[in-house]
Amino acid sequence: MPPVLQLRGITKRFPGVLANDHIDLELEQGQVLALLGENGAGKSTLMNILYGLYHPDEGEIYVRGEKADIQGPSDAIKLGIGMVHQHFMLVPVLTVTENVMLGMESIRNGIVLDRAKAARRIRDISDQYGLEVDPEATVEDLPVGIQQRVEIIKLLYRNADILILDEPTAVLTPQEVMGLIAVIRSLVAQGKSVVFISHKLKEVLELSDRIVVLRRGRSVGATTPAESDERSLASMMVGRDVILEVPKGPANPGDVVLDVRDLVVKGDQNKVAVSGVSFQVRGGEIVGVAGVQGNGQTELIEALTGLRAVESGRVELGGRDVANASPRSITEDGTAHVPEDRQRDGLVLGYSVADNLILNTYYLAPIAKGLAMQEAAITDRADRLIKEYDVRTPTPLTPAGNLSGGNQQKVIVARELSRPVKLTIASQPTRGLDVGSIEYIHSQLVKKRDEGAAVIVVSAELDEVMALADRILVMYEGRIMGALDAAAATKESLGMLMAGVATE
Amino acid sequence: MTLIKTSAKAQRRARTLGVVLLVSALAILLLFVPGANAGQTTTFAFNETRSEAFAIPELAFPTRAGLYLMAALTAFAGAYQLARGFTRQGAVLGIVAGLFVLAFLTWAARGQSMNLTGMMKSSLLRAIPIILAALSGVMCERCGIVNIGIEGMMLSGAFLAALIGSVANNVWVGLIGAMLGGALMAALLAVLAIKYRVNQIVAGTAINILATGLTSYFSSRYLQKYEVLNTPPTFLPIPLPGLSRIPIIGPALFNHTVPVYLTLVLVIAIQLMLFYTRWGLRTRAVGEHPRAADTLGVNVFLTRYVNVLLGGCVAGLGGAYLVLSSVARFDELMTAGKGYIGLAAMIFGKWNPVGAFGSSLMFGFADSLQTRLAILAVPIPSQFLLMAPYLLTMVVLAGVVGRSRGPAAGGQPYEKE
Repeated sequence: MPPVLQLRGITKRFPGVLANDHIDLELEQGQVLALLGENGAGKSTLMNILYGLYHPDEGEIYVRGEKADIQGPSDAIKLGIGMVHQHFMLVPVLTVTENVMLGMESIRNGIVLDRAKAARRIRDISDQYGLEVDPEATVEDLPVGIQQRVEIIKLLYRNADILILDEPTAVLTPQEVMGLIAVIRSLVAQGKSVVFISHKLKEVLELSDRIVVLRRGRSVGATTPAESDERSLASMMVGRDVILEVPKGPANPGDVVLDVRDLVVKGDQNKVAVSGVSFQVRGGEIVGVAGVQGNGQTELIEALTGLRAVESGRVELGGRDVANASPRSITEDGTAHVPEDRQRDGLVLGYSVADNLILNTYYLAPIAKGLAMQEAAITDRADRLIKEYDVRTPTPLTPAGNLSGGNQQKVIVARELSRPVKLTIASQPTRGLDVGSIEYIHSQLVKKRDEGAAVIVVSAELDEVMALADRILVMYEGRIMGALDAAAATKESLGMLMAGVATE
Repeated sequence: MTLIKTSAKAQRRARTLGVVLLVSALAILLLFVPGANAGQTTTFAFNETRSEAFAIPELAFPTRAGLYLMAALTAFAGAYQLARGFTRQGAVLGIVAGLFVLAFLTWAARGQSMNLTGMMKSSLLRAIPIILAALSGVMCERCGIVNIGIEGMMLSGAFLAALIGSVANNVWVGLIGAMLGGALMAALLAVLAIKYRVNQIVAGTAINILATGLTSYFSSRYLQKYEVLNTPPTFLPIPLPGLSRIPIIGPALFNHTVPVYLTLVLVIAIQLMLFYTRWGLRTRAVGEHPRAADTLGVNVFLTRYVNVLLGGCVAGLGGAYLVLSSVARFDELMTAGKGYIGLAAMIFGKWNPVGAFGSSLMFGFADSLQTRLAILAVPIPSQFLLMAPYLLTMVVLAGVVGRSRGPAAGGQPYEKE
């Protein structure tokens, strides 16, 4: 039997970039093929070609042994190819049923939408593959993990049997990832074939039958989980040996920099999100904040950085109470903040890299002289920081929105850490980044620590907290469930605290 | 997160509604009651013509007592809202708004008589072009094209209705000519906005200026000089058998010209099509998230072209109504801003045909009220009377209805990758 999908010599050039360079790929029926590579390695381009959103400059696609000419998504759909895009293609204000049936509507009496029939079909698919979802729900009310199920149902509704999942875990919580893995297993068990795009080594090893690694548009090797491990995959991806552990010496804690006492903060729901939290962070140590998302971490950090009102309690930064101080005065006091959502809160995507680098200092000399901005000083600073922090951008004037996620994060890190800093707060600093960028961001945070700054790292990834932190605080329902020495912490002990179970 | 935010807002809105109701009650007492003398009576008449099956007697009551009753009802609603809260706040608001208007009419007609059926009828007639403009807006905006050019489309429609209707000496040909006029302008908008991705506000404004210029030029050059080019036949009212003889609503609703009936049918048809057909689902998807629709094989460009052209036809009908159902001639700038008011009605109606119909009726009512009050010689400058309903609308919208949300991709050109 021929492979269900075969790509031969696919080449795609964009102006100035060779995105795909003669890539060959084979997918057997009932298998999970992982496409592994750093951001910008050409994974998404390749899959967009397969789905008909791009046209290859060279190369051929064979589906079930026959040569396929895919001009657009509707051709791909006819061939049984479906794709879940990294950014979901769902209409938020429509219901699940409407989203699924769009483009392939059930009609009764010649004209009227048959929502009931479509909903029945959705329920059948839900049952068959374990994709529980309410067909009548409005999509914008659903959590991200469920929205992803709707995307998968959309493909199955169109009888797709080759499913392309583009970075499906990037937006999911650890629990949702588990659910997704179960769904993918059930799909292949029933004969579907899956291409799984990722840069997360653990998932790829856990889930796939075969692994193809892309680097800079080229296929650099194919392997299986049995023949590889995280280290070998990482070095294939990056093209050199990668250190997965964070290299750092023992902490050398100094004076207390941040002293938080009985802090109470309300969330968006006007409900108490942080209820009476107290902790200290000393200079020269990294304190990790672990916890399942939505347990008050976001509100805590927003309160510390002046972005959210403090209801009661004290926040002392270097001896001064900064509770409810303005973000600018907290910044000027020496706080660096790498925000959780880098595209929404960290950057002005439409501004150039150079302008993004001065967002917190634009009003100070030498960037500003009186009312006038000093273009020369801005360019100088941009050139220096881009070099120092290894930001890969075509020019300093390129809009920040055009950079890859890793380089966007480097712009933020460069802006925040290039000042004298007493306290560094980083929220989800490596979410969605590739191995090389993660390594870099981690080393910068450790460097700040070694220079004597106090560092707080909030992360949903336990591995990251454990690798980076010297002490770990676990938050659960707005309180600190426990504080552990990183050396003594295990995944199990942290997991118990994250679930709200206190240990002795 | 945002969900809960909205509920905090909803609470605030509920409180605001209660306060608005109490203030309305107070306004009735302070504004209207002192103006009425103790012995005055207000008379409301309900018979417009002699064609009703049976006559409803006139309703005459002491002005002051009536006003006290209305103030008491309004105050009760306000107090209940603050204390307990109504579940159907929109309906309550509507009823109380109606009470307030009734109180106003009671005061305005003190010592005199006012014909409410005639009032209803003229409100509807004045609302027709606004409704059509709003429907045109709904069709375009639902697929993501902002249509500021409705005014220009209506004007072109009116112009061609007069010209082609006169030349052919046939109302139906005139009607088709009007749709053609609207569609021509819409085609221009579509090409500019969809193909060339011109800013849609700019493109729409350009269409308004272009239509004004073209129709004014040809009108002054030809239509005003040669009467044969500007004497179109008109539609005559067709009483619907039976229905038109129902007292009160019969004369108000069922004795109209074809364009009026057509408008009412269009409101319902577009509402149903938008929410119950394939075309509607695709239109809404394209207006909200064109890329998502595209990945499912929906042709975004085609959907937008079709909708904008149909929207242009509907706007053209609005122009035709002005010419073929009322004045029987074209005059320069005769649409007089009705296209813009239609846009406002569309937004107040939350981009729904039925909602747009309701808010258009409100504008139509405001318009007809102003002429009635001039007849009753109410001692308020007419400019202020004209303003009042709009001011009230703004207060109501800001405080009670909340922000209305248009299609997410409205105004954004779509580009294939």
